[in-house]
Amino acid sequence: MSFVSLDGVNHRYPDKGGGPGFLAVEGLTMNVARGEFVAVVGPSGCGKSTLMKLATGLQFPFQGEVRVAGERVTAPVKIAGMAFQSPTLLPWRSTLQNLLLPLEIVEPHRRQIRRRKSEYVARAENLLASVGLGGFGDKFPWELSGGMQQRTSLCRALIHEPALLMLDEPFGALDAFTREELWGVIRDLHAARGFTVILVTHDLREAVFLADRVLVMSARPGRIVHERRIDLPRPRDLEVTFTSEFSDIVHELRGHIVKARQ
Amino acid sequence: MNRRFDMVRAAPWLFTLAFLAIWEGSVHILKIPPFFLPPPTLVAKTFVEFWRPIYTNSLFTLSTTMVGFALAVGFGLLLGLVIGWSRTIYAGTYPLMIGFNAIPKVAIVPILVLWFGIGFIPAALTAFLISFFPIVVNVATGLATIEPELEDVLKALGASKLDIMRKIGIPRTLPYFFGSLKIAITLAFVGSVISESIASNHGIGNLMLQAQAQFQVPLVFAGLVALAIEGIVMYWLMAVLERRMTGWAQRSGFAQT
Repeated sequence: MSFVSLDGVNHRYPDKGGGPGFLAVEGLTMNVARGEFVAVVGPSGCGKSTLMKLATGLQFPFQGEVRVAGERVTAPVKIAGMAFQSPTLLPWRSTLQNLLLPLEIVEPHRRQIRRRKSEYVARAENLLASVGLGGFGDKFPWELSGGMQQRTSLCRALIHEPALLMLDEPFGALDAFTREELWGVIRDLHAARGFTVILVTHDLREAVFLADRVLVMSARPGRIVHERRIDLPRPRDLEVTFTSEFSDIVHELRGHIVKARQ
Repeated sequence: MNRRFDMVRAAPWLFTLAFLAIWEGSVHILKIPPFFLPPPTLVAKTFVEFWRPIYTNSLFTLSTTMVGFALAVGFGLLLGLVIGWSRTIYAGTYPLMIGFNAIPKVAIVPILVLWFGIGFIPAALTAFLISFFPIVVNVATGLATIEPELEDVLKALGASKLDIMRKIGIPRTLPYFFGSLKIAITLAFVGSVISESIASNHGIGNLMLQAQAQFQVPLVFAGLVALAIEGIVMYWLMAVLERRMTGWAQRSGFAQT
């Protein structure tokens, strides 16, 4: 029984005049098991962001069915955390206050936040410490480097202990070294907490290093054209990215992307 | 401590003094008659001589302006939030607002006089009408430019529109709002003085009109100085308020040197 499933999904964005618009995804079918780390790669504009919105219940498919945790998605799923390429932190809140934001929204924390404030603050501080930001809670986002902001954004996505983590090119705007550092952060968080991850990315090395399975999407309208299981043993060290086995997988996937672009 | 002469802090005073000096000098050198352009020394002398009427009329103008400005803040904030909240209301009110803003407010004063008589009320209402528009536009802009990703993060957690407004929309709009107050307060003075010079027996606008009718040109200029002082003080208050309320939004060092 898969945790997230999309079954024959078509999704269309109507254009402004009310015309038929364009198909963003067509016949999109994919299944993600509980606790699995799945990466979705594809040419730009292939509907990866649409996939994010469909799986979190921000939009509903035109045709087909989306199920999360066994239930058909008809409203925002509330068990998902999201992080994007830009950290989207609130500049008027300290790092710690930014982390507490989801708890002020999502039930049941929302009702309990006044009563259990100190407990939640401790939880946020633990989470910050686990990504190497211990003691930075009082800093404002603009006092942090890009990599630190992105870590904070990851923490915010995880503070309510979601069962599903949706990542939309979360490391895309970072320099190569910071990016690899954050791969380690997300790898460790996933290993420790066992949530399900759907990672949308352009970076094939990132996909292969992190994921249990890589799905290749076609150009618009997007659908899955290739699936590749990554059997590299875990825990994976960054050294694995320099092995020929790793490069072969990346190379093979790249071939599929090139085909998908045509 | 920096013991050197601080050019930036001294600049406003130096520039003002230079401006007055050039004014004074040109009047004497070019032999401009005082009923055409009085020199600043004569304006200052007149200011002291007539300080009583200038003072009472300034207070009147200040009170009409502040009442109009307060109305503009309340109404502008409310309308801005409503417009930013709903696309339909935004689309529906936009042409009306543009049209309304395009009307010269001086043309409205006779209508206000027809409805409310002369004096305090039309002056306050003109100040209100002329100054609410920038507040509305800025508040609505602040709400309209929320990052969609941030909205998604909260929506995916089940946040209602009201939640998003409270947690993101309103705090995010505050810098725009406080920024607009600086524009609105100066406009409010324009509105009240326009109305006073057309239809009032009080206020700086009226004082200047009467002085002009009696060819007391230095007194006209003294009135202008009084207005400038009021304007600067209120603008400064708004700027201080802005810095205190939204310090997080002003961390750029761009204009500080």
